[in-house]
Amino acid sequence: MPDTFSTADAMTLLPELVLGVGAMAMLMIGAFRRGNSFDLCSSLALVVLAVAAALTVFSGTGTVTAYNGVFVVDTFARFMKVLTIFGSAATVLVSIGYFKAERMDRFEYPVLVVLATLGMMMMISANGLIALYLGLELQSLSLYVVAAFNRDSPRSAEAGLKYFVLGALASGMLLYGASLVYGFTGTTTFEGIATVIAEGDTGMGLLFGLCFLLVGLAFKISAVPFHMWTPDVYEGAPTPVTTFFASAPKVAAIALLVRTMAVPFAGIAPDWQQILVFLSIASMVLGAFAAIGQNNIKRLMAYSSIGHMGYALVGLAAASPEGVKGVVIYMTIYVLMTLGTFGCILAMRRREGPVEEISDLAGLARTNGTMAFVLAMLMFSLAGIPPLAGFFAKLYVFSAAIKADLFTLAVIGVVASVVSAFYYLRVVKVMYFDEPAEEFEPMAGELKLVVGLAGVFIIGFVVFARPFVDAAQAAAASLF
Amino acid sequence: MAIPHLLSVVTFLPLVGALFILAVRGEDKPAERSARYVALWTTIITFVLSLLIWANFDPNTPDFQFVEKTEWLGGAISYHMGVDGISMLFVILTTFLMPGCILASWHVKTRVKEYMIAFLVLETLMIGVFCALDLVLFYLFFEGGLIPMFLIIGVWGGPRRVYASFKFFLYTLLGSVLMLLAILAMYWNAGTSDIPTLLNHQFPAEMQTWLWLAFFASFAVKMPMWPVHTWLPDAHVEAPTAGSVILAAILLKMGGYGFLRFSIPMFPMASEMFAPFVFTLSVVAIVYTSLVALMQEDMKKLIAYSSVAHMGFVTMGLFTLTTQGVEGGLFQMVSHGLVSGALFLCVGVIYDRMHTREIAAYGGLVNRMPLYAFTFMVFTMANVGLPGTSGFIGEVLTLTGAFQVNSWVALFATTGIILSAGYALWLYRRIIFGALEKESLKSITDMNWREAAVLIPLVVLTIGFGVYPAPILDVFSVSVDNLISNYQASLAAFDAARVAVAQ
Repeated sequence: MPDTFSTADAMTLLPELVLGVGAMAMLMIGAFRRGNSFDLCSSLALVVLAVAAALTVFSGTGTVTAYNGVFVVDTFARFMKVLTIFGSAATVLVSIGYFKAERMDRFEYPVLVVLATLGMMMMISANGLIALYLGLELQSLSLYVVAAFNRDSPRSAEAGLKYFVLGALASGMLLYGASLVYGFTGTTTFEGIATVIAEGDTGMGLLFGLCFLLVGLAFKISAVPFHMWTPDVYEGAPTPVTTFFASAPKVAAIALLVRTMAVPFAGIAPDWQQILVFLSIASMVLGAFAAIGQNNIKRLMAYSSIGHMGYALVGLAAASPEGVKGVVIYMTIYVLMTLGTFGCILAMRRREGPVEEISDLAGLARTNGTMAFVLAMLMFSLAGIPPLAGFFAKLYVFSAAIKADLFTLAVIGVVASVVSAFYYLRVVKVMYFDEPAEEFEPMAGELKLVVGLAGVFIIGFVVFARPFVDAAQAAAASLF
Repeated sequence: MAIPHLLSVVTFLPLVGALFILAVRGEDKPAERSARYVALWTTIITFVLSLLIWANFDPNTPDFQFVEKTEWLGGAISYHMGVDGISMLFVILTTFLMPGCILASWHVKTRVKEYMIAFLVLETLMIGVFCALDLVLFYLFFEGGLIPMFLIIGVWGGPRRVYASFKFFLYTLLGSVLMLLAILAMYWNAGTSDIPTLLNHQFPAEMQTWLWLAFFASFAVKMPMWPVHTWLPDAHVEAPTAGSVILAAILLKMGGYGFLRFSIPMFPMASEMFAPFVFTLSVVAIVYTSLVALMQEDMKKLIAYSSVAHMGFVTMGLFTLTTQGVEGGLFQMVSHGLVSGALFLCVGVIYDRMHTREIAAYGGLVNRMPLYAFTFMVFTMANVGLPGTSGFIGEVLTLTGAFQVNSWVALFATTGIILSAGYALWLYRRIIFGALEKESLKSITDMNWREAAVLIPLVVLTIGFGVYPAPILDVFSVSVDNLISNYQASLAAFDAARVAVAQ
């Protein structure tokens, strides 16, 4: 019976339940405990996230659905969830020092990150339009709040407001699309929609629904032309929050997009393929050209992330298992590169406070050789130069595009990657070729950990790529 | 074979050396000294080990030797290494020139550790290019080399180093990314990126055209061929001496090697179709860049343009697809590796003393530097292609090959030899001869033992291979014969298929 409580269903949701209960517990502690609970809540958040990750990893194999099929856990979901949790946990870790130094160490931050992560897990596992919307909104609402977390800063407040207004608009579009899809298929579950489409019962209304759904999702991954909010929000939000925005939510949104396209709308793949090809080309090209003129490194990374979403979409546009495998590999490498780069940005701190101009990095190779080396490798990796990890990310998505005969997309993509190489090189140039500027404060331990991990990953990927590639392959296979 | 995994050892030994330098703590004098010595010994040991490859190499087979194959990325992409007659000499050339480059950089004072690390990493990547038997692995090494070279030009280069390093990086990258797409297309067509397998795979004729063009985009820039050569003079002029040597001697050879390894054997139909196009570009390069070289006032720029002209002979020779032409092209690449590398070292010798590359700033050096004048003369003559130097063999063979295919091409290319005599001898005249009038030159000293130790072996080899080229020619003759006969066979097979379709 659908309306009875089923232990099996609850067990499938165990990682999410842990996050939800954990977030509530942290909220209680923060509200009723005397003194500042920021440290305690941050530590608790890390523990809760670690437990959720462990439960996800050891949640068995194969595909399990719960609650009448609206929630699904398969290899793809497990992989993306672990990646998301990793991104969230790393963000909590790198935030601690920054928030303390800036006197923003309020316990709500880790709570909101955990709640957002819960939303993301829901998004990744959503197997129906309602579950999709629930997950997306839980995530988005948490993100709106953390964007404006620096209440006293007008820029941060503006970032939060801008994100909220545009995000609400996108959510509305998405809802509208979802209602159209429901109206023309008579069901909200992905399997149901797939069955209706497989019967050939597709009309113009369904296509409209699909388009609106895509608009909403494109906004969440900040694909062009729905990217306007990204540079302002990235620049205005506190840097740890930007780190968060650029990592975990992107993974969840891309995962949601992949599942929504590949499962219910598999039957009309050519229809959404052309939309994705456009989004992808527009994102890659804009990401490449618009970043050239930026002097603020957070803004630069905003345009860079727009471009990278374009590359990830190249894989999805191929609409094949190889393509999804490419997307999974791309997102894995992207998250590590982003966390590493933002770890370095967070370490850009002088006595008077954090700095975020590219010119502040001048001569870093001589004042802090290790940090300069890792950041340079991250830049080369973001540009997709072998033998660094970023190369393999691009290799697999373009491989899928070539197999699907999307030659124009592939050629524009690689040419855009050459253009984008210019601004990544500029960062390297400032660090290595220019005369040193004033030294930064020593890097905090947790930043060293995250940056070091990212550095080892992107340089060592060439050697130990195999397990990641195999895991991505298995993840992609579970969707088809 | 005495050492297992010899190719991998030779390839990755410099990387190990780089890690050693990384482990050296501190920025003081002893740390710099040890960085220099670690780099020197690493390159010397690598060279000695690479000689074992030559010693155990069997020149009587066109097959790949010293083959290693291990699982890598899954699918059909593996870590596959091996050398044949075409690639082996480039490995030796690389390892041979590296100790000289390290010695020539002994006086580098700024950021010594990073300098040596960059060069050692570059050596690993360069050797890897010539050993890789998997397309993805090849691309990895081929593109990876951009990172250390970018830093070498940008950190230790001349006044316009930033511009030159960006131009070098972006130009080469743009050419190469198209090749990456072609590699992926080949992977999906043949189901593998394994080079020996792909050498026996017939790609559809129309696909060959596109693949050829994509590979050409990459190799033509790397080579560099006219009109995409403009990054080279900038990069050469701004790079430190050792960087210029590596650029001219090794990096430029990757283009020619790529044509021989991929374009010609894998896309024979397209190669035949585009041969006239390549001839045209080659002849334009030979004549035009020689004329440009005549007008240069910067020594390094002059040699850079002369490199473009000499590479024109190589592409012309390779695409004649005759035994003489291809062998000549290969010989010319090896010879140019020695000669142009040596010429840049020669420029480095006087640049280190006077800190200018202006030709007009010199004159009459023979009075103070007789040994230098002699060495420089040998390489100038080799650059001109004087009989008795290694430069002669390559040019004569490529011209013989070109004459068999198209006598007009040969005619125009030959004028390049005359022009090269013009600019090279004029350069020599302006720097070495004449009266020693300039005040600043009056106290200039001749080469020291370190500079001599780098240049004398190159003199010996340049003259030695000019008089007795057999050791080089023997290494690749069987491989080249095999390449040409495979090429002819696949053309014949295509023609037969076309006739069959027509009937």
